[in-house]
Amino acid sequence: MRITRVLSAALLTLGLAAGPAAADSSPSPSASQDSGAPTEAGTSFRTATEIEQGQTATASASTGDYLYWSFPADAGQRPTVKATVKLPDTHATEAWQIDVYDGLRRRQSCQYGAQTRTAAADAASVELTCVLRTVRAWSEPWADDPLPGTYYLRLTAVDVPTSDLGLPVDAEVRVDSKDIGGAAAVDGALAAPLVPGAGVLSQGDEEESTKEALLASLEPSDGWSSGWWSDRWVWTAFGGVLAALAGIGGYALTRGSGRPSRVPPGA
Amino acid sequence: MITRTRLATGACALLAALAAGMAFPAGAVADETSATAPKVDLVLDVSGSMRARDIDGQSRMAAAKQAFNEVLDATPEEVQLGIRTLGADYPGDDRKTGCKDTAQLYPVGPLDRTEAKAAVATLAPTGWTPIGPALLKAADDLDGGEGSKRIVLISDGEDTCAPLDPCEVAREIAAKGIGLTIDTLGLVPNTKMRQQLSCIAEATGGTFTSVEHTEELADKVNQLVDRAADPVVTPVATTGADQCAKAPELKSGLYTDREEFGQQRWYRVKVPHGWELRASVSVSADRAVNPSYGVLLRAVTERGREIVRGEAAGNGRTDVISTGLRYPKAEQEGAEGELAPETVCLQVTHSFSAGSGVQASPGLPLELTVDVVEGPSESSDVAAFGLGRGWWLLGALVLAGFLAGLVWGWVSRWRIAVWRTN
Repeated sequence: MRITRVLSAALLTLGLAAGPAAADSSPSPSASQDSGAPTEAGTSFRTATEIEQGQTATASASTGDYLYWSFPADAGQRPTVKATVKLPDTHATEAWQIDVYDGLRRRQSCQYGAQTRTAAADAASVELTCVLRTVRAWSEPWADDPLPGTYYLRLTAVDVPTSDLGLPVDAEVRVDSKDIGGAAAVDGALAAPLVPGAGVLSQGDEEESTKEALLASLEPSDGWSSGWWSDRWVWTAFGGVLAALAGIGGYALTRGSGRPSRVPPGA
Repeated sequence: MITRTRLATGACALLAALAAGMAFPAGAVADETSATAPKVDLVLDVSGSMRARDIDGQSRMAAAKQAFNEVLDATPEEVQLGIRTLGADYPGDDRKTGCKDTAQLYPVGPLDRTEAKAAVATLAPTGWTPIGPALLKAADDLDGGEGSKRIVLISDGEDTCAPLDPCEVAREIAAKGIGLTIDTLGLVPNTKMRQQLSCIAEATGGTFTSVEHTEELADKVNQLVDRAADPVVTPVATTGADQCAKAPELKSGLYTDREEFGQQRWYRVKVPHGWELRASVSVSADRAVNPSYGVLLRAVTERGREIVRGEAAGNGRTDVISTGLRYPKAEQEGAEGELAPETVCLQVTHSFSAGSGVQASPGLPLELTVDVVEGPSESSDVAAFGLGRGWWLLGALVLAGFLAGLVWGWVSRWRIAVWRTN
């Protein structure tokens, strides 16, 4: 199944005379395009506001709200989620937290970054960061490794006194990702990224697919990667060339320079 | 004779209907959109305490009126907006009468801005604060239609009509219909009120905001009305069974159910060979629960063998706990004909526990997504296509190439030497 997909992808690429570099579809964080960035946040997985990587989304909310955004992440990317919450002038000590969930709503661990932070009573804002694990193209069904698809981001106050509930806050979130490249290129691939609602479309339910409301509709800026290209091809091919050169070198070493002197001219 | 008359009448009616359909297609379209139009009911507290002058130097009532005028101007066309009051009519001291005092000021439907504004202008702070009964009535106002439904409650005092707990009322309302959210706004709230209003909001997945300025009030209500206008996928209600054999069969889609404390829910999904099942489940904490909790989703064969599970646990304040799983059903090699799809049983259990004095029913809201998509291509190696990468690979290849060259050279020298001796 995969080999046909790869072959067709390769043929297509050749046909379009596009070099492998162009086919490298792991999207790099595009320059910030804040025009049209969302200014609202959802309040549940179902209503999460979709944002693109590299966009700075803002939302005004109340302390105690659970704010949800969703963003697409593709194989080979290591997303970093950053959130800043501007707190009201007077407030008590509050703990804020960001949680990241994958397309199957499984909680994803942060490798590092301050995922939870307590804002002192005089703090004007609190900044949170979460660096996710690298997104892989495939993993075993029993693992919860990050896979290409939609990711959910939840921002909320986890520890807040009743006196602070409902106070207005401003939140700002941004997702960027580092391209890890061939080091993270694994074998195998999902037929469809982990986008909620993908099954409804793939089973050809016409009625559902024409609905304007979808659970998730955003893709990476240049589409989901086909997963066949990685710089491992370059390394391996270059290695082959070097091996051939070294082989010629080794052969030449045993023969000395030019014709052996003792060989008769007629041989 | 009677039959013939009926037939004739029927034919006439049919013709008339056809003619009407052809003549007024616009009307038919309007009907269709109004069935899915988002509905918002603004519930405004007009109790005596709204006279207090502590919002930007004006009375709470004046602030609310000003905010309502701005909101009515900014309401999107597609939203059907209604206004309900509580405590607007009965100024007396009889608790029983006072607690029934809620009225529809402007019916939920297409908005006539001038009329709605005129109705709001007549309001004067009067009576009690019957939040619970007002919410029940507001839910009735919103009844019908398939669009999203939202109640925005604006109050300046806690409910004065115990023992009917408005928080429980909100939970009952949420359990009854799908997609009804209650957002609460407290005008200059005290601690008890914050608790009550945020409890109402959390019971339905809504938000609580405390308001101290007129501008904040208008902005927030506008934001909530706009939120109602956003298209949302509405889940399908289903009821899981307590064992796999009786479980309902689900196809790809979004489902909702209720699960009480200590209960289990079973569902069944058919997964064809070469396809992948993706399921995720979220259990919402819509009432006061103890701070440690978890959820477990298991995919089990019909015979009871566990295939794969998703689990999550947490502690502290939360709205929802969720987990998911993936099960690719392998393609059968060398099988003849179409194989029957495998039936996979999904079991959902959660370990929320209720705080003291918290009602156990209705159960906690559960949201289940099921996707059956084409299966993944399995990996045969850790690295993509078994390709290599890095300096070690280059070194190894160069060394191997060099050695191969040397050997090749020696072999050919040896062959020449043998040839010369002969």
